[in-house]
Amino acid sequence: MNRRICSLWLPNLAIERWANGSDAPDEALARPVVLTLEGRHGQLIHAVTPAAAERGARPGGRLTDARALDPGLEAEQADVAGEEAWLRAAARWASRWSPLVEVDGAHALRLDVSGVAHLFGDEKGLMRDMEARFAAMGVTARAAIAPTAGAAWGLARYAAEPRPVHDEELARVLAPLPIAALRLSAVANHMLVRLGLKQVGDLAGVPRKALARRFPKDEHPLDALDRALGRKPEPLTPLPEDPPPRALLPIKEPVVHPEAAAQALARLVPPLARELATRKLGARHLVLTAFRVDGSLGEVQVATSIPTRAPDHLHRLLSGMLERQGIDPGFGIDAFALEVRWWEKLDSAQDALLGEATGETAVAALIDRLSVRLGPSKVRRPVRVDSHVPERAAGWGAGVDTDPSPPAVAAPPADQPTRLLDAPEEVAVIYATPEGLPRRFVWRRKVHDIARAQGPRRISPEWWRERSTARLRDYYKVEDSEGRRFWIFREGVVGDGRGGAPLWFVHGLFA
Amino acid sequence: MPARDKPALRLSPGAGSAILSELFADSPRDAGWTGFVLAQVAPARPLLWIQERMAILEGGRVHAAGLGPLAAELIHVEARDAKAALWAMEEGLRCPALGGVIGELWGDPQALDFTATRRLAVAAEKSGVACWLVRLQGSANLSGARERWRLGSAPSETHSFDPKAPGSPRWDAELFRSRRRLPGRWVVGREPPNLLPVAAEPGDRALGQWQRRTG
Repeated sequence: MNRRICSLWLPNLAIERWANGSDAPDEALARPVVLTLEGRHGQLIHAVTPAAAERGARPGGRLTDARALDPGLEAEQADVAGEEAWLRAAARWASRWSPLVEVDGAHALRLDVSGVAHLFGDEKGLMRDMEARFAAMGVTARAAIAPTAGAAWGLARYAAEPRPVHDEELARVLAPLPIAALRLSAVANHMLVRLGLKQVGDLAGVPRKALARRFPKDEHPLDALDRALGRKPEPLTPLPEDPPPRALLPIKEPVVHPEAAAQALARLVPPLARELATRKLGARHLVLTAFRVDGSLGEVQVATSIPTRAPDHLHRLLSGMLERQGIDPGFGIDAFALEVRWWEKLDSAQDALLGEATGETAVAALIDRLSVRLGPSKVRRPVRVDSHVPERAAGWGAGVDTDPSPPAVAAPPADQPTRLLDAPEEVAVIYATPEGLPRRFVWRRKVHDIARAQGPRRISPEWWRERSTARLRDYYKVEDSEGRRFWIFREGVVGDGRGGAPLWFVHGLFA
Repeated sequence: MPARDKPALRLSPGAGSAILSELFADSPRDAGWTGFVLAQVAPARPLLWIQERMAILEGGRVHAAGLGPLAAELIHVEARDAKAALWAMEEGLRCPALGGVIGELWGDPQALDFTATRRLAVAAEKSGVACWLVRLQGSANLSGARERWRLGSAPSETHSFDPKAPGSPRWDAELFRSRRRLPGRWVVGREPPNLLPVAAEPGDRALGQWQRRTG
């Protein structure tokens, strides 16, 4: 198979990350700034802005030497850990181009792009796409594509114009590159230059034994050349994907007993809880899968409202769900698997000294139990929705998918009823004037005489959601002669041109 | 009965009321009892509110915007029938972290017998969570509740700024069975942080006198 490896080099990552963190990146890069690290003998320069490079500062040099050349240099602390984290995140993000991505040294990524390029036009288009997308993030990138990782690495760094290179021209393209393109250590590079071998092509006629004495075994330049030319393998190790936490129970003889699932569950939950504990995770969504002998699957799923790994709680939820739904054994089940589909970080925490669950955990466990038995859509928490229309503003969200950061919505107006009818109910009214407040209304065949009233509070229709014929509402808080308090509204006003005489509705009840 | 012989009644939020109280609403179209119950629920703790499907149809759904600070911690359960509602109430009463459990049932369901109420009462006392069993359109049959109330709305106080508007709410509360205090009948108003009887027996008195008393 013809492999295609892409090396993506970010030459100025450190300084560009620092500049992007400031308010004005372009202005920051125009200042003579150097990023420094604590070295053994004072501050070492880690990265420099172009302006500082013009004044003689070089990465790897000492800050004092650079200051001697130009006292006006500004020094900032470098953030190496932050760069590494950024690069790891960028490697995950680069999986948009290829499933095999690897962090390659301090400022580079390596991608296996075999059979990928046609999705982006061709290999040139792929390289342009990579460079453009990194440029949009404010990071310079140089990409090169070659049949081997070593060759791609050298081309990305030392080729004048990196371009996709194929097998037949590989040796010819690598030959004029400086010897550093072989990715040897600085000591080995220095040694080779002293020997007069300044370009990759110079190594071609050198006997292997002559060099073997001068270089350590894993630093042999000819081995590096062989790797670059594809004569020696150099495998990629892609970023490991965390496998989902899973417990498996194979069964020797297929079981047809309906109780088998519950028994399997009791044996699956403890190992899964242990795995979650070692990986410091908490489950939010679990699936118990039964593999039947005829190749079909039976499934039972549960969700939890906060990440948890308490074995008894998980067991109780799953067994409750099994009782409700059950798994049909069919012709027999020969394996069970309990897998976590959605998990979150959960560090060890101690609720109380004596181990009884308190507060949040206990309430979350209660919500989970209720949701398993009654269904997740029946156990809900109020969610604020940004709307003036009362029935729309009173949103509800399922208790098991509580949002840790609810959207910031303006507080609802005060003096709202404690009960809201799901649909406003029309009432017959008797009023003195059609614009004013009625004297009495008939709701569910009972007459209520209005003794006191407060209002109106006018709520206009949301024209961006509703039809053009939607009418405004005038809400009144009224109290009848017996002291019952209602929230009634008139839909529309007389002569608004959106229908006939306005109707009255009861919408809520006050305490 | 003269007013000074009335038994004292002081109700405050979350003050040692970890018992099962049964409450009969005057009518399902009267939500006055919600204010009476919410004033006694411990604030800043999760409140489990269980409504049977029929109770939602007849008396409306809980409206979070009208509950004030209690809304942030509200957990609302819509139960298919009385059996599911009672199961959810009992499940909630096993969780001591709750501030209160309110369950609304419609009529006199089969599932609600003496055993069921007794179980609720024991669970409430064991975990220390106040439980309110609200009966809409129900009849006061045999029950294991420690306190039984009958509640209706009463004409509200005079509004301080608008004489025509309903003011702070008042309720006509009748305690007809209790192990802790003498039964009686009061007109209760909200005097933060307590609920207090604000007038003696609402009997044959005209409405105008109430407003004069408070004005």
